[in-house]
Amino acid sequence: MTALAGESDITSRRRVPAARRIARQIRYQAPAIVVAVAVLVIWELGVTALNMQQFILPRPSAIAAALVTESPTLQVAAGNTLFEALGGLAIGVSAGVLTAFAVSRWARVREAILPIAIGASAIPIIAAAPIFSNWFGILNPFSKMAVVILLVYFPMLINVARGLTQVEPSAVELMQASAASEGQVLRKVRIPNALPYFFTALKVCTTLSLIGAVVAEYFGGSSDVLGRVIVQSSSRLRFDITWAAITVAALSGILMYLVVLMVERVVIPWHASQRVAES
Amino acid sequence: MAGRAPGPGDEAMSGTPENMADRDIKEVGGATTSVVTVSGVNKVFDTSGGRTNALEGIDLTINTGEFVSLIGPSGCGKSTLLRLIGDLTAPTSGTVTVNGKPARQARLDRDYGIVFQAPVLFDWRSVQANVALPLEVKGMSRRERDERVRAMLELVELRDFARHYPYQLSGGMQQRVSIARALALQPSILLMDEPFGALDEMTRERMNSEVQRIWQQTGTTVVFVTHSIPEAVFLSSRVVVMSPRPGRIVRVIDVDLPRPRTDDTRETARYFELITEVRETLRGRRAGERADGVASAERTMAEGAVG
Repeated sequence: MTALAGESDITSRRRVPAARRIARQIRYQAPAIVVAVAVLVIWELGVTALNMQQFILPRPSAIAAALVTESPTLQVAAGNTLFEALGGLAIGVSAGVLTAFAVSRWARVREAILPIAIGASAIPIIAAAPIFSNWFGILNPFSKMAVVILLVYFPMLINVARGLTQVEPSAVELMQASAASEGQVLRKVRIPNALPYFFTALKVCTTLSLIGAVVAEYFGGSSDVLGRVIVQSSSRLRFDITWAAITVAALSGILMYLVVLMVERVVIPWHASQRVAES
Repeated sequence: MAGRAPGPGDEAMSGTPENMADRDIKEVGGATTSVVTVSGVNKVFDTSGGRTNALEGIDLTINTGEFVSLIGPSGCGKSTLLRLIGDLTAPTSGTVTVNGKPARQARLDRDYGIVFQAPVLFDWRSVQANVALPLEVKGMSRRERDERVRAMLELVELRDFARHYPYQLSGGMQQRVSIARALALQPSILLMDEPFGALDEMTRERMNSEVQRIWQQTGTTVVFVTHSIPEAVFLSSRVVVMSPRPGRIVRVIDVDLPRPRTDDTRETARYFELITEVRETLRGRRAGERADGVASAERTMAEGAVG
Protein backbone atom coordinates (compact mmCIF):
# COMPACT_ATOMS: atom_id res chain seq x y z
CA MET A 1 0.00 0.00 0.00
CA THR A 2 1.42 3.38 -0.97
CA ALA A 3 0.25 5.02 2.23
CA LEU A 4 2.24 2.60 4.36
CA ALA A 5 5.30 2.95 2.20
CA GLY A 6 5.03 6.74 2.45
CA GLU A 7 4.80 6.57 6.21
CA SER A 8 7.82 4.31 6.67
CA ASP A 9 9.74 6.68 4.42
CA ILE A 10 8.99 9.59 6.69
CA THR A 11 9.83 7.78 9.91
CA SER A 12 13.07 6.44 8.51
CA ARG A 13 14.04 9.97 7.46
CA ARG A 14 13.56 11.07 11.06
CA ARG A 15 15.73 8.28 12.40
CA VAL A 16 18.73 8.99 10.16
CA PRO A 17 21.74 9.88 12.38
CA ALA A 18 22.85 13.50 12.33
CA ALA A 19 26.24 12.78 10.74
CA ARG A 20 24.62 10.98 7.82
CA ARG A 21 22.04 13.68 7.41
CA ILE A 22 24.75 16.34 7.19
CA ALA A 23 26.69 14.21 4.72
CA ARG A 24 23.54 13.91 2.63
CA GLN A 25 23.01 17.68 2.79
CA ILE A 26 26.59 18.31 1.61
CA ARG A 27 26.16 15.86 -1.23
CA TYR A 28 22.92 17.63 -2.18
CA GLN A 29 24.51 21.10 -2.05
CA ALA A 30 27.82 20.00 -3.62
CA PRO A 31 27.10 21.02 -7.25
CA ALA A 32 26.15 24.57 -6.25
CA ILE A 33 29.20 24.93 -4.01
CA VAL A 34 31.56 23.62 -6.69
CA VAL A 35 30.15 26.01 -9.31
CA ALA A 36 30.35 29.00 -6.94
CA VAL A 37 33.95 28.27 -5.99
CA ALA A 38 34.89 27.72 -9.64
CA VAL A 39 33.37 31.07 -10.66
CA LEU A 40 35.29 32.88 -7.91
CA VAL A 41 38.59 31.22 -8.86
CA ILE A 42 38.15 31.94 -12.59
CA TRP A 43 37.13 35.51 -11.75
CA GLU A 44 40.20 36.03 -9.54
CA LEU A 45 42.66 34.46 -12.00
CA GLY A 46 41.00 36.00 -15.05
CA VAL A 47 41.15 39.56 -13.71
CA THR A 48 44.84 39.10 -12.80
CA ALA A 49 45.77 37.42 -16.08
CA LEU A 50 43.96 40.00 -18.24
CA ASN A 51 45.39 42.80 -16.11
CA MET A 52 41.95 44.37 -15.75
CA GLN A 53 41.51 47.76 -14.08
CA GLN A 54 40.06 47.78 -10.56
CA PHE A 55 37.22 50.11 -11.57
CA ILE A 56 36.05 47.78 -14.31
CA LEU A 57 36.00 44.59 -12.28
CA PRO A 58 37.71 44.25 -8.91
CA ARG A 59 39.13 40.87 -7.92
CA PRO A 60 37.08 38.83 -5.42
CA SER A 61 39.99 39.10 -2.99
CA ALA A 62 39.86 42.90 -3.26
CA ILE A 63 36.12 42.85 -2.58
CA ALA A 64 36.75 40.59 0.42
CA ALA A 65 39.39 43.01 1.66
CA ALA A 66 36.97 45.93 1.27
CA LEU A 67 34.36 43.95 3.18
CA VAL A 68 36.80 43.70 6.09
CA THR A 69 38.23 47.23 6.08
CA GLU A 70 34.86 48.89 5.48
CA SER A 71 32.95 46.61 7.79
CA PRO A 72 32.11 49.31 10.41
CA THR A 73 30.55 51.52 7.72
CA LEU A 74 28.90 48.58 5.96
CA GLN A 75 27.42 47.22 9.21
CA VAL A 76 25.80 50.54 10.08
CA ALA A 77 24.59 50.97 6.50
CA ALA A 78 23.17 47.46 6.33
CA GLY A 79 21.41 47.94 9.67
CA ASN A 80 19.75 51.16 8.51
CA THR A 81 18.76 49.73 5.14
CA LEU A 82 17.36 46.57 6.75
CA PHE A 83 15.35 48.74 9.15
CA GLU A 84 13.76 50.53 6.18
CA ALA A 85 13.17 47.31 4.30
CA LEU A 86 11.74 45.38 7.25
CA GLY A 87 9.65 48.32 8.45
CA GLY A 88 8.15 48.80 5.00
CA LEU A 89 7.70 45.04 4.64
CA ALA A 90 5.85 44.76 7.95
CA ILE A 91 3.52 47.67 7.20
CA GLY A 92 2.98 46.71 3.54
CA VAL A 93 2.32 43.05 4.30
CA SER A 94 -0.08 43.86 7.15
CA ALA A 95 -1.95 46.34 4.98
CA GLY A 96 -2.06 43.86 2.10
CA VAL A 97 -3.39 41.04 4.29
CA LEU A 98 -6.03 43.24 5.93
CA THR A 99 -7.19 44.55 2.56
CA ALA A 100 -7.31 40.97 1.26
CA PHE A 101 -9.70 40.00 4.07
CA ALA A 102 -11.95 42.97 3.34
CA VAL A 103 -11.83 42.42 -0.40
CA SER A 104 -12.66 38.72 -0.17
CA ARG A 105 -15.49 39.32 2.31
CA TRP A 106 -17.35 42.25 0.71
CA ALA A 107 -17.91 42.61 -3.02
CA ARG A 108 -18.41 46.36 -2.51
CA VAL A 109 -14.95 46.77 -1.03
CA ARG A 110 -13.52 44.67 -3.85
CA GLU A 111 -15.08 46.89 -6.49
CA ALA A 112 -13.95 50.05 -4.69
CA ILE A 113 -10.39 49.09 -3.80
CA LEU A 114 -9.06 46.70 -6.45
CA PRO A 115 -8.92 49.22 -9.34
CA ILE A 116 -7.04 51.69 -7.15
CA ALA A 117 -4.67 49.01 -5.90
CA ILE A 118 -3.94 47.85 -9.44
CA GLY A 119 -3.36 51.46 -10.50
CA ALA A 120 -1.01 52.10 -7.58
CA SER A 121 0.98 48.97 -8.39
CA ALA A 122 1.60 50.30 -11.88
CA ILE A 123 3.43 53.40 -10.56
CA PRO A 124 7.16 53.05 -11.31
CA ILE A 125 8.90 53.12 -7.90
CA ILE A 126 11.69 55.25 -9.30
CA ALA A 127 9.08 57.94 -9.91
CA ALA A 128 7.54 57.49 -6.47
CA ALA A 129 10.78 57.70 -4.47
CA PRO A 130 11.47 61.46 -4.86
CA ILE A 131 7.80 62.22 -4.21
CA PHE A 132 7.82 60.28 -0.94
CA SER A 133 11.10 61.99 0.05
CA ASN A 134 9.37 65.28 -0.51
CA TRP A 135 6.29 64.25 1.47
CA PHE A 136 7.86 62.58 4.48
CA GLY A 137 11.25 64.34 4.61
CA ILE A 138 14.35 63.16 2.82
CA LEU A 139 16.07 62.16 6.10
CA ASN A 140 13.02 60.38 7.49
CA PRO A 141 13.44 56.58 7.05
CA PHE A 142 9.69 56.40 6.48
CA SER A 143 10.15 58.06 3.09
CA LYS A 144 12.09 54.90 2.09
CA MET A 145 9.63 52.58 3.85
CA ALA A 146 6.80 54.16 1.85
CA VAL A 147 8.49 53.00 -1.36
CA VAL A 148 8.78 49.47 0.08
CA ILE A 149 5.12 49.53 1.14
CA LEU A 150 4.05 50.56 -2.34
CA LEU A 151 6.11 47.71 -3.77
CA VAL A 152 4.97 44.84 -1.51
CA TYR A 153 1.35 45.80 -0.83
CA PHE A 154 -0.12 44.66 -4.14
CA PRO A 155 1.42 41.19 -4.54
CA MET A 156 0.44 40.43 -0.94
CA LEU A 157 -3.12 41.67 -1.42
CA ILE A 158 -3.69 39.72 -4.64
CA ASN A 159 -2.21 36.45 -3.39
CA VAL A 160 -3.93 36.37 -0.01
CA ALA A 161 -7.26 37.42 -1.51
CA ARG A 162 -6.93 34.54 -3.96
CA GLY A 163 -6.12 32.09 -1.16
CA LEU A 164 -9.14 33.23 0.86
CA THR A 165 -11.58 32.96 -2.05
CA GLN A 166 -10.29 30.02 -4.08
CA VAL A 167 -11.63 27.39 -1.71
CA GLU A 168 -13.18 24.20 -3.07
CA PRO A 169 -16.95 24.78 -3.21
CA SER A 170 -17.53 21.32 -1.75
CA ALA A 171 -15.36 22.22 1.25
CA VAL A 172 -17.68 25.13 1.97
CA GLU A 173 -20.75 22.92 1.45
CA LEU A 174 -19.28 20.42 3.86
CA MET A 175 -19.03 23.14 6.47
CA GLN A 176 -22.61 24.23 5.70
CA ALA A 177 -23.79 20.67 6.24
CA SER A 178 -22.34 20.92 9.76
CA ALA A 179 -24.21 24.24 10.15
CA ALA A 180 -20.92 26.13 10.45
CA SER A 181 -21.02 29.92 10.83
CA GLU A 182 -19.23 32.17 8.38
CA GLY A 183 -16.59 32.88 11.01
CA GLN A 184 -15.94 29.16 11.39
CA VAL A 185 -15.62 28.73 7.62
CA LEU A 186 -13.12 31.60 7.65
CA ARG A 187 -11.04 30.21 10.52
CA LYS A 188 -11.14 26.54 9.65
CA VAL A 189 -11.13 26.62 5.84
CA ARG A 190 -10.32 29.97 4.24
CA ILE A 191 -7.38 31.07 6.39
CA PRO A 192 -5.53 27.71 6.32
CA ASN A 193 -6.20 27.59 2.59
CA ALA A 194 -4.66 31.06 2.17
CA LEU A 195 -1.47 30.31 4.13
CA PRO A 196 0.51 28.81 1.22
CA TYR A 197 -0.50 31.81 -0.93
CA PHE A 198 0.65 34.13 1.87
CA PHE A 199 4.08 32.53 2.04
CA THR A 200 4.50 32.57 -1.73
CA ALA A 201 3.79 36.30 -1.67
CA LEU A 202 6.00 36.87 1.37
CA LYS A 203 9.00 35.29 -0.39
CA VAL A 204 8.53 37.66 -3.31
CA CYS A 205 7.99 40.61 -0.97
CA THR A 206 11.15 40.11 1.13
CA THR A 207 13.29 40.37 -1.98
CA LEU A 208 11.26 43.30 -3.26
CA SER A 209 11.56 45.12 0.08
CA LEU A 210 15.34 45.22 -0.07
CA ILE A 211 15.35 46.31 -3.71
CA GLY A 212 12.80 49.02 -2.87
CA ALA A 213 14.81 50.34 0.07
CA VAL A 214 18.11 50.47 -1.82
CA VAL A 215 16.56 52.13 -4.87
CA ALA A 216 14.78 54.70 -2.67
CA GLU A 217 18.12 55.53 -1.02
CA TYR A 218 19.56 56.50 -4.40
CA PHE A 219 17.45 59.65 -4.30
CA GLY A 220 19.17 61.07 -1.26
CA GLY A 221 18.85 61.03 2.48
CA SER A 222 21.07 59.74 5.24
CA SER A 223 24.46 58.63 3.88
CA ASP A 224 24.72 55.67 6.31
CA VAL A 225 22.68 53.35 4.12
CA LEU A 226 23.68 50.73 1.52
CA GLY A 227 22.18 52.69 -1.38
CA ARG A 228 24.25 55.79 -0.55
CA VAL A 229 27.41 53.73 0.02
CA ILE A 230 26.97 52.25 -3.44
CA VAL A 231 26.36 55.67 -5.07
CA GLN A 232 29.19 57.43 -3.25
CA SER A 233 31.83 54.73 -3.56
CA SER A 234 31.19 54.34 -7.29
CA SER A 235 31.46 58.09 -7.83
CA ARG A 236 34.87 57.89 -6.15
CA LEU A 237 35.72 54.92 -8.43
CA ARG A 238 36.13 52.73 -5.33
CA PHE A 239 34.34 49.85 -6.98
CA ASP A 240 35.73 47.37 -4.49
CA ILE A 241 33.55 49.10 -1.85
CA THR A 242 30.61 49.21 -4.29
CA TRP A 243 30.89 45.47 -4.81
CA ALA A 244 31.26 44.91 -1.07
CA ALA A 245 28.06 46.89 -0.42
CA ILE A 246 26.25 44.93 -3.14
CA THR A 247 27.47 41.70 -1.53
CA VAL A 248 26.11 42.83 1.86
CA ALA A 249 22.76 43.76 0.28
CA ALA A 250 22.55 40.38 -1.46
CA LEU A 251 23.46 38.48 1.70
CA SER A 252 20.82 40.42 3.67
CA GLY A 253 18.22 39.51 1.07
CA ILE A 254 19.21 35.84 1.13
CA LEU A 255 19.07 35.85 4.94
CA MET A 256 15.56 37.31 4.98
CA TYR A 257 14.47 34.79 2.38
CA LEU A 258 15.86 31.90 4.43
CA VAL A 259 14.04 33.10 7.55
CA VAL A 260 10.77 33.11 5.59
CA LEU A 261 11.52 29.61 4.27
CA MET A 262 12.08 28.33 7.81
CA VAL A 263 8.91 29.93 9.16
CA GLU A 264 7.01 28.51 6.20
CA ARG A 265 8.28 25.02 6.93
CA VAL A 266 7.13 25.30 10.54
CA VAL A 267 3.72 26.83 9.78
CA ILE A 268 2.60 24.79 6.74
CA PRO A 269 4.47 21.46 6.93
CA TRP A 270 1.41 19.83 5.37
CA HIS A 271 1.64 21.74 2.09
CA ALA A 272 2.79 19.96 -1.07
CA SER A 273 5.64 22.44 -1.60
CA GLN A 274 7.15 21.41 1.74
CA ARG A 275 6.90 17.71 0.90
CA VAL A 276 8.79 18.24 -2.35
CA ALA A 277 11.48 20.15 -0.46
CA GLU A 278 11.80 17.31 2.02
CA SER A 279 12.48 14.50 -0.41
CA MET B 1 -37.81 -4.98 0.56
CA ALA B 2 -41.03 -3.73 1.94
CA GLY B 3 -43.53 -6.58 2.16
CA ARG B 4 -42.10 -8.64 -0.62
CA ALA B 5 -42.11 -12.42 -0.29
CA PRO B 6 -38.76 -14.17 -0.55
CA GLY B 7 -37.92 -14.38 -4.20
CA PRO B 8 -35.58 -16.37 -6.38
CA GLY B 9 -31.98 -15.98 -5.38
CA ASP B 10 -32.71 -16.05 -1.68
CA GLU B 11 -31.62 -19.64 -1.34
CA ALA B 12 -28.08 -18.61 -2.21
CA MET B 13 -28.03 -16.65 1.01
CA SER B 14 -29.18 -19.46 3.29
CA GLY B 15 -25.97 -19.16 5.30
CA THR B 16 -26.82 -15.61 6.43
CA PRO B 17 -26.07 -14.97 10.11
CA GLU B 18 -29.29 -14.07 11.91
CA ASN B 19 -27.99 -11.02 13.74
CA MET B 20 -27.04 -9.18 10.58
CA ALA B 21 -30.49 -9.58 9.08
CA ASP B 22 -32.53 -7.88 11.78
CA ARG B 23 -32.73 -4.59 9.88
CA ASP B 24 -34.55 -6.32 7.08
CA ILE B 25 -36.96 -7.98 9.49
CA LYS B 26 -37.80 -4.54 10.83
CA GLU B 27 -38.49 -3.28 7.33
CA VAL B 28 -40.61 -6.28 6.45
CA GLY B 29 -42.61 -5.62 9.61
CA GLY B 30 -43.70 -2.34 8.01
CA ALA B 31 -43.18 -0.28 11.20
CA THR B 32 -41.35 2.43 9.30
CA THR B 33 -41.52 6.19 9.50
CA SER B 34 -40.49 8.56 6.75
CA VAL B 35 -37.28 10.54 7.16
CA VAL B 36 -37.35 12.38 3.88
CA THR B 37 -40.47 13.53 2.05
CA VAL B 38 -40.01 15.26 -1.28
CA SER B 39 -43.29 16.46 -2.73
CA GLY B 40 -44.07 18.21 -5.98
CA VAL B 41 -40.52 19.46 -6.35
CA ASN B 42 -39.39 21.32 -9.46
CA LYS B 43 -35.96 22.78 -9.96
CA VAL B 44 -35.19 25.21 -12.74
CA PHE B 45 -31.70 26.51 -13.40
CA ASP B 46 -31.41 29.87 -15.11
CA THR B 47 -28.29 29.82 -17.21
CA SER B 48 -26.94 32.04 -19.93
CA GLY B 49 -28.15 29.46 -22.42
CA GLY B 50 -31.71 29.69 -21.09
CA ARG B 51 -33.76 27.79 -18.54
CA THR B 52 -33.02 24.19 -17.72
CA ASN B 53 -35.60 22.00 -16.03
CA ALA B 54 -33.26 20.05 -13.79
CA LEU B 55 -36.08 18.34 -11.93
CA GLU B 56 -39.78 18.13 -12.68
CA GLY B 57 -42.58 16.83 -10.47
CA ILE B 58 -40.48 14.87 -8.03
CA ASP B 59 -42.28 12.95 -5.28
CA LEU B 60 -40.25 10.63 -3.13
CA THR B 61 -40.55 9.27 0.38
CA ILE B 62 -37.57 7.71 2.12
CA ASN B 63 -38.16 5.70 5.30
CA THR B 64 -36.05 5.36 8.41
CA GLY B 65 -33.11 3.05 7.96
CA GLU B 66 -33.57 2.68 4.21
CA PHE B 67 -30.72 2.63 1.74
CA VAL B 68 -31.96 4.45 -1.34
CA SER B 69 -29.91 4.90 -4.51
CA LEU B 70 -30.58 7.55 -7.13
CA ILE B 71 -29.42 6.37 -10.54
CA GLY B 72 -29.66 7.80 -14.02
CA PRO B 73 -27.64 9.20 -16.91
CA SER B 74 -25.76 12.43 -16.35
CA GLY B 75 -28.04 15.43 -16.46
CA CYS B 76 -30.98 13.57 -14.92
CA GLY B 77 -30.77 15.69 -11.79
CA LYS B 78 -29.86 12.94 -9.34
CA SER B 79 -27.16 15.03 -7.69
CA THR B 80 -29.48 18.03 -7.67
CA LEU B 81 -32.12 15.93 -5.89
CA LEU B 82 -29.51 14.90 -3.30
CA ARG B 83 -28.47 18.52 -2.82
CA LEU B 84 -32.13 19.54 -2.41
CA ILE B 85 -32.56 16.97 0.34
CA GLY B 86 -29.40 18.32 2.01
CA ASP B 87 -30.48 21.97 1.62
CA LEU B 88 -27.39 22.78 -0.39
CA THR B 89 -29.74 24.19 -3.01
CA ALA B 90 -33.39 25.26 -2.79
CA PRO B 91 -36.27 23.93 -4.93
CA THR B 92 -37.91 26.28 -7.40
CA SER B 93 -41.25 24.94 -6.18
CA GLY B 94 -42.45 22.12 -3.96
CA THR B 95 -41.31 21.10 -0.50
CA VAL B 96 -38.59 18.96 1.03
CA THR B 97 -39.33 17.76 4.55
CA VAL B 98 -36.68 16.02 6.63
CA ASN B 99 -37.41 14.53 10.04
CA GLY B 100 -40.71 16.37 10.02
CA LYS B 101 -39.20 19.81 9.46
CA PRO B 102 -38.08 21.90 6.46
CA ALA B 103 -34.75 20.80 4.97
CA ARG B 104 -33.11 24.06 6.07
CA GLN B 105 -33.99 23.45 9.70
CA ALA B 106 -32.73 19.88 9.44
CA ARG B 107 -29.41 21.17 8.14
CA LEU B 108 -29.12 23.70 10.94
CA ASP B 109 -29.94 20.89 13.40
CA ARG B 110 -27.04 18.91 11.89
CA ASP B 111 -29.25 16.02 10.77
CA TYR B 112 -27.03 15.37 7.72
CA GLY B 113 -23.70 13.87 6.95
CA ILE B 114 -22.32 14.39 3.45
CA VAL B 115 -19.80 12.48 1.36
CA PHE B 116 -18.81 13.85 -2.04
CA GLN B 117 -17.10 12.13 -4.96
CA ALA B 118 -13.82 13.79 -3.93
CA PRO B 119 -12.93 13.10 -0.31
CA VAL B 120 -12.55 16.88 0.35
CA LEU B 121 -10.14 16.30 3.23
CA PHE B 122 -8.23 19.28 4.57
CA ASP B 123 -4.50 18.91 3.87
CA TRP B 124 -3.57 20.79 7.04
CA ARG B 125 -5.46 18.43 9.30
CA SER B 126 -4.44 14.93 10.31
CA VAL B 127 -6.92 12.12 9.77
CA GLN B 128 -8.28 12.45 13.30
CA ALA B 129 -8.48 16.25 13.06
CA ASN B 130 -10.40 15.93 9.78
CA VAL B 131 -12.93 13.62 11.42
CA ALA B 132 -13.16 15.98 14.40
CA LEU B 133 -13.98 19.03 12.25
CA PRO B 134 -17.80 18.79 12.43
CA LEU B 135 -17.53 18.13 16.16
CA GLU B 136 -15.43 21.29 16.59
CA VAL B 137 -17.96 23.25 14.58
CA LYS B 138 -20.68 22.00 16.92
CA GLY B 139 -18.57 23.13 19.91
CA MET B 140 -18.11 19.71 21.47
CA SER B 141 -15.57 19.41 24.29
CA ARG B 142 -12.16 18.03 23.51
CA ARG B 143 -12.70 14.85 25.49
CA GLU B 144 -16.01 14.07 23.85
CA ARG B 145 -14.43 14.80 20.50
CA ASP B 146 -11.49 12.46 21.01
CA GLU B 147 -13.80 9.70 22.11
CA ARG B 148 -16.12 10.11 19.14
CA VAL B 149 -13.24 10.34 16.66
CA ARG B 150 -11.77 7.12 18.00
CA ALA B 151 -15.11 5.36 17.62
CA MET B 152 -15.52 6.67 14.07
CA LEU B 153 -12.04 5.61 12.98
CA GLU B 154 -12.75 2.22 14.51
CA LEU B 155 -15.93 2.05 12.44
CA VAL B 156 -14.10 2.68 9.16
CA GLU B 157 -11.15 0.57 10.29
CA LEU B 158 -8.57 3.34 10.13
CA ARG B 159 -7.64 3.50 13.80
CA ASP B 160 -3.94 3.03 13.04
CA PHE B 161 -3.94 5.99 10.68
CA ALA B 162 -5.31 8.62 13.07
CA ARG B 163 -2.14 10.72 12.98
CA HIS B 164 -1.49 10.39 9.27
CA TYR B 165 -2.09 13.24 6.87
CA PRO B 166 -4.44 12.89 3.89
CA TYR B 167 -1.64 12.80 1.32
CA GLN B 168 -0.25 9.70 3.01
CA LEU B 169 -3.44 7.72 2.33
CA SER B 170 -4.72 5.91 -0.76
CA GLY B 171 -7.90 7.12 -2.48
CA GLY B 172 -10.05 4.45 -0.84
CA MET B 173 -8.69 5.25 2.60
CA GLN B 174 -9.26 8.96 2.06
CA GLN B 175 -12.87 8.27 1.19
CA ARG B 176 -13.25 6.18 4.35
CA VAL B 177 -11.97 9.16 6.36
CA SER B 178 -14.59 11.36 4.73
CA ILE B 179 -17.27 8.77 5.60
CA ALA B 180 -16.06 8.77 9.22
CA ARG B 181 -16.27 12.56 9.23
CA ALA B 182 -19.78 12.52 7.75
CA LEU B 183 -20.93 10.10 10.45
CA ALA B 184 -19.13 11.85 13.32
CA LEU B 185 -22.19 13.86 14.38
CA GLN B 186 -24.30 10.68 14.21
CA PRO B 187 -26.61 12.18 11.60
CA SER B 188 -29.96 10.57 10.90
CA ILE B 189 -29.30 10.82 7.14
CA LEU B 190 -26.11 10.17 5.23
CA LEU B 191 -26.01 11.78 1.78
CA MET B 192 -23.46 10.25 -0.58
CA ASP B 193 -22.84 11.83 -3.99
CA GLU B 194 -21.05 9.27 -6.19
CA PRO B 195 -18.64 8.57 -3.35
CA PHE B 196 -16.77 5.80 -5.14
CA GLY B 197 -16.88 7.19 -8.67
CA ALA B 198 -13.16 7.94 -8.63
CA LEU B 199 -12.08 4.52 -7.34
CA ASP B 200 -11.03 1.47 -9.32
CA GLU B 201 -13.47 -1.43 -9.63
CA MET B 202 -11.84 -3.67 -7.01
CA THR B 203 -11.63 -0.91 -4.42
CA ARG B 204 -15.16 0.12 -5.24
CA GLU B 205 -16.53 -3.37 -4.54
CA ARG B 206 -14.64 -3.49 -1.26
CA MET B 207 -15.96 -0.06 -0.31
CA ASN B 208 -19.50 -1.20 -1.15
CA SER B 209 -19.26 -4.04 1.37
CA GLU B 210 -17.76 -1.58 3.83
CA VAL B 211 -20.62 0.89 3.39
CA GLN B 212 -23.18 -1.87 3.82
CA ARG B 213 -21.53 -2.89 7.08
CA ILE B 214 -21.39 0.70 8.35
CA TRP B 215 -25.01 1.24 7.36
CA GLN B 216 -26.08 -1.89 9.21
CA GLN B 217 -24.04 -0.97 12.29
CA THR B 218 -25.20 2.64 12.54
CA GLY B 219 -28.80 2.39 11.37
CA THR B 220 -28.38 5.65 9.43
CA THR B 221 -30.68 6.30 6.49
CA VAL B 222 -28.58 6.57 3.34
CA VAL B 223 -29.32 8.43 0.11
CA PHE B 224 -26.74 7.37 -2.45
CA VAL B 225 -26.17 8.88 -5.89
CA THR B 226 -24.40 6.64 -8.38
CA HIS B 227 -24.23 5.77 -12.03
CA SER B 228 -23.06 2.26 -11.42
CA ILE B 229 -25.93 -0.20 -11.77
CA PRO B 230 -24.19 -3.07 -9.89
CA GLU B 231 -23.32 -0.71 -7.05
CA ALA B 232 -26.91 0.54 -6.78
CA VAL B 233 -28.35 -3.00 -6.78
CA PHE B 234 -25.77 -4.37 -4.35
CA LEU B 235 -26.27 -1.63 -1.76
CA SER B 236 -29.85 -0.48 -1.95
CA SER B 237 -33.17 -1.29 -0.39
CA ARG B 238 -34.68 0.65 -3.27
CA VAL B 239 -33.24 1.98 -6.50
CA VAL B 240 -34.76 5.22 -7.83
CA VAL B 241 -34.27 5.31 -11.60
CA MET B 242 -34.26 8.77 -13.16
CA SER B 243 -34.32 10.13 -16.72
CA PRO B 244 -32.99 13.44 -18.04
CA ARG B 245 -34.46 16.57 -19.63
CA PRO B 246 -36.47 17.17 -17.60
CA GLY B 247 -35.18 15.19 -14.66
CA ARG B 248 -37.90 12.82 -13.49
CA ILE B 249 -38.26 9.65 -11.51
CA VAL B 250 -39.04 6.91 -14.01
CA ARG B 251 -39.50 4.09 -11.59
CA VAL B 252 -38.56 2.86 -8.13
CA ILE B 253 -37.29 -0.70 -7.98
CA ASP B 254 -37.33 -2.70 -4.75
CA VAL B 255 -34.19 -4.75 -4.22
CA ASP B 256 -35.14 -7.91 -2.36
CA LEU B 257 -31.69 -9.44 -2.03
CA PRO B 258 -31.19 -10.67 1.53
CA ARG B 259 -28.72 -9.01 3.88
CA PRO B 260 -25.92 -9.02 4.46
CA ARG B 261 -24.98 -9.06 0.82
CA THR B 262 -21.60 -10.57 0.16
CA ASP B 263 -19.34 -11.32 -2.78
CA ASP B 264 -21.51 -14.44 -3.28
CA THR B 265 -24.53 -12.18 -3.72
CA ARG B 266 -22.85 -10.78 -6.82
CA GLU B 267 -23.08 -14.22 -8.40
CA THR B 268 -26.74 -15.01 -7.72
CA ALA B 269 -29.37 -15.17 -10.44
CA ARG B 270 -31.59 -12.64 -8.64
CA TYR B 271 -28.74 -10.11 -8.55
CA PHE B 272 -28.35 -10.37 -12.31
CA GLU B 273 -32.10 -10.13 -12.83
CA LEU B 274 -32.25 -6.93 -10.81
CA ILE B 275 -29.28 -5.46 -12.66
CA THR B 276 -31.00 -6.25 -15.94
CA GLU B 277 -34.21 -4.70 -14.66
CA VAL B 278 -32.49 -1.46 -13.70
CA ARG B 279 -30.64 -1.38 -17.01
CA GLU B 280 -33.78 -1.93 -19.05
CA THR B 281 -35.52 0.81 -17.12
CA LEU B 282 -32.63 3.16 -17.77
CA ARG B 283 -32.92 2.39 -21.47
CA GLY B 284 -36.49 3.53 -21.31
CA ARG B 285 -37.98 0.08 -21.85
CA ARG B 286 -40.59 -1.16 -19.46
CA ALA B 287 -39.28 -4.32 -17.85
CA GLY B 288 -42.74 -5.89 -18.27
CA GLU B 289 -42.31 -5.84 -22.04
CA ARG B 290 -39.59 -8.42 -21.79
CA ALA B 291 -40.35 -11.96 -22.84
CA ASP B 292 -39.17 -13.69 -19.68
CA GLY B 293 -41.41 -11.53 -17.46
CA VAL B 294 -38.89 -11.05 -14.72
CA ALA B 295 -40.50 -7.88 -13.47
CA SER B 296 -44.14 -7.58 -12.66
CA ALA B 297 -46.31 -4.59 -13.39
CA GLU B 298 -46.99 -3.89 -9.74
CA ARG B 299 -43.33 -3.02 -9.18
CA THR B 300 -43.51 -0.42 -11.89
CA MET B 301 -45.83 1.56 -9.68
CA ALA B 302 -43.75 1.17 -6.56
CA GLU B 303 -44.02 3.78 -3.88
CA GLY B 304 -42.74 7.18 -4.80
CA ALA B 305 -42.64 6.64 -8.53
CA VAL B 306 -44.03 9.41 -10.63
CA GLY B 307 -45.55 9.74 -14.05
